[in-house]
Amino acid sequence: MFEGAEHSENTTHKSSPPGLSLESRRSFLGGLLGLGSFLVGALLSVPLIRFALFPLLRRTTDLKESSVGALTDFSSLTEPVMRTIQIEQVDGWRKAVSEKAVYVTRDNQGQLRALTSICPHLGCTIPWNKEKNQFACPCHGATFAADGTRVSGPSLRGMDTLETSVQDGQLRVRFQYFRQLVADKEIIG
Amino acid sequence: MHSTPKSEGDIPARFESGVWGWLNRRTGLDNLLRTALDEPIPGGARFAYIFGSGLLFIFISQVITGIFLALYYVPSADHAHTTVAYITKAVTAGSFLRSLHAYGASAMVVVLFLHLSQTYVYGAYKGRRELLWLSGCALFGLVLAMAFTGYLLPWDQRAYFATAVGTNAVSEIPWIGESIKRLMRGGTEMGTLTISRFFVAHVFLIPAFIFALVASHIFLFRKAGAAGPVNEDPYHPKQDAELFYPRQVLMDLSLTALLIVGLGVLCFFVPVQLGPSANPADAQYVPRPEWYYLPIFQWLKYWHGSAAIIGVLAIPTLLVLAILALPFLDRSVERRPWKRPAAMGAYAFVVFSLVGLGLRSQYLDRHDSGVAQQLAKQRAEEDEYARKPFEPELSSASLAAANVTLADPLAANGKTIFEGQSCNACHGDGGGGTAAAPALLGVKAKFSPDQLADLFKHPTAKMNAGGMPPIDLPPNDLKALIAYVESLK
Repeated sequence: MFEGAEHSENTTHKSSPPGLSLESRRSFLGGLLGLGSFLVGALLSVPLIRFALFPLLRRTTDLKESSVGALTDFSSLTEPVMRTIQIEQVDGWRKAVSEKAVYVTRDNQGQLRALTSICPHLGCTIPWNKEKNQFACPCHGATFAADGTRVSGPSLRGMDTLETSVQDGQLRVRFQYFRQLVADKEIIG
Repeated sequence: MHSTPKSEGDIPARFESGVWGWLNRRTGLDNLLRTALDEPIPGGARFAYIFGSGLLFIFISQVITGIFLALYYVPSADHAHTTVAYITKAVTAGSFLRSLHAYGASAMVVVLFLHLSQTYVYGAYKGRRELLWLSGCALFGLVLAMAFTGYLLPWDQRAYFATAVGTNAVSEIPWIGESIKRLMRGGTEMGTLTISRFFVAHVFLIPAFIFALVASHIFLFRKAGAAGPVNEDPYHPKQDAELFYPRQVLMDLSLTALLIVGLGVLCFFVPVQLGPSANPADAQYVPRPEWYYLPIFQWLKYWHGSAAIIGVLAIPTLLVLAILALPFLDRSVERRPWKRPAAMGAYAFVVFSLVGLGLRSQYLDRHDSGVAQQLAKQRAEEDEYARKPFEPELSSASLAAANVTLADPLAANGKTIFEGQSCNACHGDGGGGTAAAPALLGVKAKFSPDQLADLFKHPTAKMNAGGMPPIDLPPNDLKALIAYVESLK
């Protein structure tokens, strides 16, 4: 080993106890050290693994529920009303705040329901037609009843309902996007 | 490269058969291990020799924690602080890992100083070890450069202003100082280009040099052989040698264990804080560098104007040259410190000067009530920021939308009409465009308000074909809509 080579032959070792060779003593110690290093290494990896697996442990992308308005605002609702909500999309360390239009209406049992204004056909924004008492998409003429169910036109399904909840007297909605041009509602983001 | 040719019988049983045997026959792992572990140490193992491997351990820890931190970090003035806040406040074990990386830098400087001191006091640079010494000096410089460049990356107040001062100090160098400062900053002022430069230096450039130099340092060390105790001949060791394994390995591991426990406890109970985001306009801020830069910081205070050439250029250059030239100048084989009064005197002088300057800086800060108050205020601001939960950064798209609403009430009204008329259904939110219709951004440059009004009322054949209906609105609403469309950028 380099210039120090000659010394390895003069190396002094404490004499080993009889019956236990130096080599086997060194192997045993080596094994012990190997095991120890492995255990310490494993322990030190715990924070590293937790750090890297953070996206598995917590949600890193999230769409927060947005407030649509006070429940009392909708108590005398007779036809769909459009509300602009602020949606907050969290993407890791950043968030995007945007505005989306949703409709608040009633289902056939009279319960409040929120509808996205995006047409399930090709994504146009659907206005409420007061005279005809139905939703009429300006792009390709799909029409929907006041509760969002499909009436006529090219759309394969009714308008998409959004998850709602009530918190502190406020109607809250979770805005989502759905796949277009399919018969069954399918969340895409 | 191997001292004793090893016969087959020499190889321990675990390397003869099975997977180990195969691996060994393919790689020569056993010989490699023996070469690493059977390094002879004249005079036997000692605790004085443990610092080199301690440094290697911290360096590897810095590399690993650094790579992991890069999973979330973004090097730009816009995002650096947010991403570090995310690491510290949101990501699991993030605060611990960042602390490990930051305290690791301090530990590196401490252990590096001990390693250098041991080498110097033991005269271990003597006897054909010039290149070993030089590579060590270069590594010292690179480690300090790592500390300097890494310090800026969180982009909080403390980091920003410390680096502003640090790069300003460079400009004190006569003639070329100003150019070097601009090169380091990527401009006359600190900004996002400064982060890019520091990041590249910290993550690619300096580590590459460190890897290369650590390899050469270890190679040159093994080539020259361990120097052994102070009464050993640096050229031709005469004392009985003990192999590196096992006793020296165990001693080295004791330092590693101490570092692991020490850093672990420190990072867990006293994590490194992140202060509020850098605010270049803050004229009140009193910058202070990390503790190991305090002596230089204090030293630079004494040299201004025409004297700067002595204090900033001449003295440091001479000191560095003297350190580099040490093994060439000091050719005696005498290694016992008590027989080397000049060398020990110089060492004591430099160390006391550094400690003295550092303490002086601390003393001045404590006894200037204005500075002490401001520093306390800065610490309080850091504590306050540290307690706040993580707040995601608002993406620029959302800001643009908000700004339009604020800027012009007419345009704001137009936005309501744009959405009420379902224009956004085809032209997209904020006129960004969709598959159904083109974007309206920058329309102002192409059409005057009158032309737009005309187009709205009488769409062209092409527009008609695309599904654009004529717009029939009261004049005021039309005006608002046009104002909004013209505002889209």
